[in-house]
Amino acid sequence: MKRIYVNEEWCLGCHLCEYNCAFANSGEKDMVKALKDREISPRVQVEERGNIHFAVSCRHCEEPLCMKACIAGAIYRGEDGAVCIDRDKCVGCCTCVLVCPYGAVAPSAEGAALKCELCLQNACGQPACVSGCPNGAIVYEER
Amino acid sequence: MKYVIIGNSTAAVGCVEGIRTADREGEITLIASEPYHTYSRPLISYLLEGKATRESMRYRPADFYEKNRVTAMLGRTAKEIDPDEKNVVLEDGGRIPYDKLLIATGSVPLVPPIEGLNGVERQFTFQSLDDAEALDAALFPGCRVLIVGAGLIGLKCAEGIHQKAGHITVVDLANRILPSVLDEEASRMVQRHIEAHGVEIILEDSAVRFREQEAELQSGRRIPFDILVMAAGVRPCVSLAKEAGCKIGRGVRIGRHCETSVPDLYAAGDCAEGIDALTGEQKVLAILPGAYLQGECAGKSMAGQNAVFDRGMAMNAVGFFGLHILTAGDGDGEAIVSRGPGEYKKLVVKDGLLRGFILVGSIARAGIYTAMIREQTPVSTVDFQLLREKPQLLAFDRQERKKQLAAAH
Repeated sequence: MKRIYVNEEWCLGCHLCEYNCAFANSGEKDMVKALKDREISPRVQVEERGNIHFAVSCRHCEEPLCMKACIAGAIYRGEDGAVCIDRDKCVGCCTCVLVCPYGAVAPSAEGAALKCELCLQNACGQPACVSGCPNGAIVYEER
Repeated sequence: MKYVIIGNSTAAVGCVEGIRTADREGEITLIASEPYHTYSRPLISYLLEGKATRESMRYRPADFYEKNRVTAMLGRTAKEIDPDEKNVVLEDGGRIPYDKLLIATGSVPLVPPIEGLNGVERQFTFQSLDDAEALDAALFPGCRVLIVGAGLIGLKCAEGIHQKAGHITVVDLANRILPSVLDEEASRMVQRHIEAHGVEIILEDSAVRFREQEAELQSGRRIPFDILVMAAGVRPCVSLAKEAGCKIGRGVRIGRHCETSVPDLYAAGDCAEGIDALTGEQKVLAILPGAYLQGECAGKSMAGQNAVFDRGMAMNAVGFFGLHILTAGDGDGEAIVSRGPGEYKKLVVKDGLLRGFILVGSIARAGIYTAMIREQTPVSTVDFQLLREKPQLLAFDRQERKKQLAAAH
């Protein structure tokens, strides 16, 4: 399946992927309205130190520990292969946060955990972090 | 191939899914006393709290049995396993033949014999959907609830019912809450947080005598109550396995393939005693992710694959009134502790390996720590200063990290 991969050398550390992710998942039509004066909860995050930057998001593992460990049965693999969270079922216990080796599932103030779902179910239709990356440092491809 | 599963919770579901990765054709029959579609047991407190519904607490979609071609015999109880004839005898007299059998019978509440307990009419345990619904029906505005046991079950029960009860008192003989999960400092912190939400917690004391609506504690203190919840612990259900000849410790002893000591019998979940990866000892870990992984491993093994589950270890994700707690491994080693407002963090290192951690309040990306314990990543191969600060992939060797992130998973 197509997944998101990062080219660490090309990452500028601009954090646009985080903003585009938060916007794509906000349900808002206007980026300013969606993000201004808000603490954003992106499902991709840039790690950085000195001149190293890279974005991390869900790997959509073949054997997803988050899915196997979920106490509510709220994490499932969609027909397209993407590992997704059913927000109506998730009770926010954060077992997924406890087991994901990439640190790619995040707790959220609203309760249900957040993770990258490849933008397949939001209005974007393709990963917003990828289409908005100015330097091709995040790609969406088959490997 | 005829597969039979006794049980219908996490380990049983893991087994069904494990079998079906390897064998699409074999017949799977699942036998369970409870008449319900598979549901998540830990969600019963969320059900009472109104954060889950009967529908949303299904552990798998409504078409789970159909899609996996499972004959689900729900509301039927297995009475005996006949390992010579290779069939399961049901209480109603039926016999179900098997080639491979999984015992996933779970655990039941352990209710200690206490004087006068039998005379308490409104007493409940808190483990099954029936338990939760019976308790829910008994609650009334202003009611006084006494919970015996300040472990995960007792305290999640307290949280689940706190809006429906007048006053809740939790009593435990231990000197701290959640003793199997937290150290003393974290216990105190979580205790204060729970108490701030109106739950009274009494430690180092226990009920020695009950009258109809009153408990007398060891200290002589008397606690009046309308409703009693016994949450003093659980006991693995091993009788079927024992009578079938399986080796039993505290639970049904299983090996690396989740096999028991009797051919073609497997066990998984809360009834099973697997190998603790950290100590190498046989132990009942009784945690949900472990139950799934054991069940899945058993299923694959039953279907003829060489599946191994040897990474079992204690881990817990739990929250009370908005305060998150994540723990993994154990506390045996050198402790590195840091604190912040509403936050507590302890990493434990032993023999150059991360051995365990406790995170209260700030939990982001904790799985990076858990993976280090699970994979036994030597601390010397990472930038531990960075990791102490927060879990991050930056702390790992650059080539290794890039390889991992570039791989198709």
